[in-house]
Amino acid sequence: MKQVYLDHGATTPVNPDVAAAMIACLQDHFGNPSSLHGFGRDAKQFLDEARTNVAALIGAHPEEIIFTSGGTEADNMAILGVARAMRKKGNHVITSAVEHHAVLDTCLALQKEGFEITVLPVDAYGQVHIDDFERALREETVLVTIMHANNEVGTIQPIKEIARMAKAKGIIVHTDAVQSVGKIPVDVNELGVDLLSVSAHKIYGPKGIGCLYVRKGTKMLPLMYGGGQERQRRPGTENMPGIVGFGVAAAIAARELPAEMDRLTKLRDRLIAGLLALPAVRLNGHPTERVSINVNACFHYIEGEALLLALDMRGIAASSGSACSAGSMDPSYVLLAMGIPPEIARGSLRLTLGRGTTAEQIDYVLGVIAEITEKLRAMSPLYNPNKG
Amino acid sequence: MEYSAKVIEHFTNPRNVGEMDNPSGVGEVGSPVCGDVTRIHITVENNRIKEAKFRTFGCGAAIASGSMCTEMVKGKTIDEALALTDELVAEALGGLPAVKMHCSNLAAEALHKAIEDYQAKQVAEEA
Ligand SMILES: Cc1ncc(COP(=O)(O)O)c(C=O)c1O
Ligand code: FES
Repeated sequence: MKQVYLDHGATTPVNPDVAAAMIACLQDHFGNPSSLHGFGRDAKQFLDEARTNVAALIGAHPEEIIFTSGGTEADNMAILGVARAMRKKGNHVITSAVEHHAVLDTCLALQKEGFEITVLPVDAYGQVHIDDFERALREETVLVTIMHANNEVGTIQPIKEIARMAKAKGIIVHTDAVQSVGKIPVDVNELGVDLLSVSAHKIYGPKGIGCLYVRKGTKMLPLMYGGGQERQRRPGTENMPGIVGFGVAAAIAARELPAEMDRLTKLRDRLIAGLLALPAVRLNGHPTERVSINVNACFHYIEGEALLLALDMRGIAASSGSACSAGSMDPSYVLLAMGIPPEIARGSLRLTLGRGTTAEQIDYVLGVIAEITEKLRAMSPLYNPNKG
Repeated sequence: MEYSAKVIEHFTNPRNVGEMDNPSGVGEVGSPVCGDVTRIHITVENNRIKEAKFRTFGCGAAIASGSMCTEMVKGKTIDEALALTDELVAEALGGLPAVKMHCSNLAAEALHKAIEDYQAKQVAEEA
């Protein structure tokens, strides 16, 4: 059966050059980068090179990159580390209703430590409004953490404006850029953020590795204590194969970004146009302010899991939102925050494109979706064709 | 989470989808857990379920349960049909994942409601 992978928002296949570099690291460059001898120096070179490549992808200095076990750890490190370090100055943190659980649940943990959390609402497109943000600012606000691009609907947030306003008041700004890095140009200075989270497995690198960008001079407590690695901010002998793979993936992403973004934007819009031509479909998220890989739509009168299962039977891999909440019975909190009614939100489908996606695949998928949705609707007691 | 081969088979080729023009009874249930809905139509002749049809707005398990439940109940007497439970439907499907046990309940309960609807109509006719 034909296989079509349209779940690049959940994870991406490891690029062959990345895999080759990782194997070489495991087999031929096993040294500990902290060792003084030749084996150590050899490994250290690979570590430095990876750091340089990752830094270059986001316009940072290499010494501002802290390697972590992924996006989740980067988010935790930024939020807990900064809030705890700034506690004497204030106890208020601002976030948004559509953050990934790695941010939302970390903020909830801060709340238990005595912090006050403001969760900003979003509009129908999933965007935070700058005037809501301004109203939420307090004397005690020490940190704002708002994602760059949303993982479910792909909406891009006005981080630059938010950062400018926050910086004017001396507030530290973190953004989870796991879904934007490698898809749209991301530059930490252009955005004006102090901290930024990246995950390698969303950019054709391995799982279990990522980084937190920390602007020079930013106060942050570590989550762990131990050796002196990562400037003592993330102790422990480095995950060298992961870091090397991440470095190669970052170099490839930087090189391919302009052409890929253009190509995928066209494919995305072809997919969106095809879906909207079907009956009773609505696009979720912003029509243009969205990452090039993301399509998210609701199919009225259809339940999302049935749709996913039917697609899976036809070899098409998609998701109903975030991979983490698959198997949950609840409609997406992101769609609910955007004001979409629960029964419609339950019929949501996320298709995320990537390097392997072709126009032929898009057309094939559109044909299959037309067939499946017609069949499932015919089965749905909520659907009355006479009423439309 | 993984579905049994039987669930996948009934989901892919659901039996008895639809409604009837002159049903003997109709039952509809919405799940308090997830908001999904199943509707079942039955025709009854000589105290036996002659035909059963279903429609579902729900997950794969709910659709497979609607299909299996309507298959199982055909030809059964009213009493036999009333003895059909969600557990029996789930069992006939080769089991359901733990988080999906409530889904088979939709079909079984819609069937029971359809039978109650039929019985209420019988009483009304006799009166
Ligand atoms: C927006 C966002 N933040 C954080 C994460 C977590 O990253 P990781 O899987 O590397 O921990 C993900 C994806 O899983 C994500 O989409
Ligand atoms: S999740 Fe609602 S019926 Fe299965």
